[in-house]
Amino acid sequence: MIPSAVLEPGGDAATALYIVAFSLFIVGIKQGTHPTTAKRGNLVAAGGMAIAVVTTLLLDGMGNWGLIALGLGIGTAVGVIASIRVQMTEMPQMVALYNGVGGGAVALIAWSEIRHGSHGLPLDELIPILFAGVVGSVSFWGSNIAFAKLQDLIPTRPIAVPGQQVINAVLLIGIVAACVSIATNNDDPSQLTFIGILIAAGLLGNLVVLPIGGADMPVVISLLNAFTGLSAAAAGFALDNVALIVAGTLVGSSGTILTMEMATAMNRSVANILFSGFGGAPSGGASGGGEEKPHVSIGAQDAAIKLAYADSVVIVPGYGLAVAQAQHAIKEVADELEARGVTVNYAIHPVAGRMPGHMNVLLAEADVAYENLREMEEINPEMPRTSVAVVVGANDVTNPAAKNDPDSPIAGMPIIEVSEAQEVIVIKRSLSPGFAGIDNDLFYEPNTSMLFADAKQAAADIAAEIGNL
Amino acid sequence: MDLMTEITIFVLAVFVGFEVISKVPTTLHTPLMSQTNAIHGIVMLGGLIVLGYADDGLEYLIGTIAVAFGAINIVGGFMVTDRMLGMFARKPKPQTKPASSASRPGAGSADGGGS
Repeated sequence: MIPSAVLEPGGDAATALYIVAFSLFIVGIKQGTHPTTAKRGNLVAAGGMAIAVVTTLLLDGMGNWGLIALGLGIGTAVGVIASIRVQMTEMPQMVALYNGVGGGAVALIAWSEIRHGSHGLPLDELIPILFAGVVGSVSFWGSNIAFAKLQDLIPTRPIAVPGQQVINAVLLIGIVAACVSIATNNDDPSQLTFIGILIAAGLLGNLVVLPIGGADMPVVISLLNAFTGLSAAAAGFALDNVALIVAGTLVGSSGTILTMEMATAMNRSVANILFSGFGGAPSGGASGGGEEKPHVSIGAQDAAIKLAYADSVVIVPGYGLAVAQAQHAIKEVADELEARGVTVNYAIHPVAGRMPGHMNVLLAEADVAYENLREMEEINPEMPRTSVAVVVGANDVTNPAAKNDPDSPIAGMPIIEVSEAQEVIVIKRSLSPGFAGIDNDLFYEPNTSMLFADAKQAAADIAAEIGNL
Repeated sequence: MDLMTEITIFVLAVFVGFEVISKVPTTLHTPLMSQTNAIHGIVMLGGLIVLGYADDGLEYLIGTIAVAFGAINIVGGFMVTDRMLGMFARKPKPQTKPASSASRPGAGSADGGGS
């Protein structure tokens, strides 16, 4: 410790440094709008964080340095190992885990603030503390379930608890009532009541996420991200810390924007996703009805010929591609085609993958150039001029019923309009429906050819066949 | 700081947040999420303050866990974001397309679209 360098807690110097820190966060995110500047932006934001942490460590009266070093050491070690080891397919789990620990930290801080408040807390501190505790606990326990589902530790299908909505409502009312009771007796907030609130909020977090199916995870992760942000902002109100208020609000805005975009891309409301239990993949089942309709089935060689003599090819990847780890094999097909002068682009649906932007990361990992990753709105007008659209591991996001059949369960959902392309090749294991549980009309259209195979194997075979042509 | 000042800061931050983040392209949404995870690690400040002024056993425990959680967010979040953005920034070898492809219909459509 350098006694001459200590900062007065809540003083102008400390606040000024916090202002510098959050300004750097904003600059950092702003540079994240383009891949060429995003990496630098991330470093700028990290620099802001370093300033904020050092400022706090220099506050007057800080002690317990051994424990601070212990906490920093454990957290840093876990963070470093996790960030190096994580596979790109596992990013949703990682973000769920980060959401969880972030929410957990806020809940713990709130608990500590309540313990300090035995001599009475003003309402403008108590209310943010209660809010931070509840939202932090919901995020922590909800994220744990989301993590377990994504990691396949528990079934990804919706798990229905009898009387679900009633239990949730009772828990929520109980939490609010307990908060009001603490707020009205704020001379000596009851520790036990507060711990009860944390437990009830944790239970609520578990129960809200459990019934949500794997396919809806992008929305859940984004929403929990928004929650953790709001809880951090609330902690900022409680601690009178501008850095926490602004940083938490930025995270909350980001999570909110992503949640809304995901819901729009599924054409469902957030409430519908959270409370309907729809979105569980009926794995393998319900394939019976589809088999009878006529469809064209081709092999890798036919597909290779169609692709090699095309002018332009659009690849439409879905989560099936990630599951099959086929992104590198697909990139090989694209390389073979580009070597022959065929234009290759990738059409990315906003909910392709298990979290916002997930598919883009998987393809970037396979060295696909950023310029070739095209968003849905951008690529759809080009579809009629596309010779061949190749659908790999995607299903519902290409179903023309969303546009043509107003009675379809996915009616109105924005889709990648592959059926507009001159020819379509669908690489898929079988004709089984996707998570929406409905048949895909695309498979039976005259310009569609089905290639029944594992995505990775099929892509490798096609690449080899093109090479032999 | 009085409550109204804090609310002013909060409301302005909401507008700044929406303005800046809505400009992040869909392609970069996963790194955006991991970066905001890292920024959320700012709660470690709260953990540090709790632990730095703690004077009983339970408080030591709460504070240490909160600091560790925050550090996971900060270190893990920024590092994994850096790793991912490295994949996007990686410049692929310039592809030399045969001259004939320029005259094909649709062949040029990809070149200008990424901007």
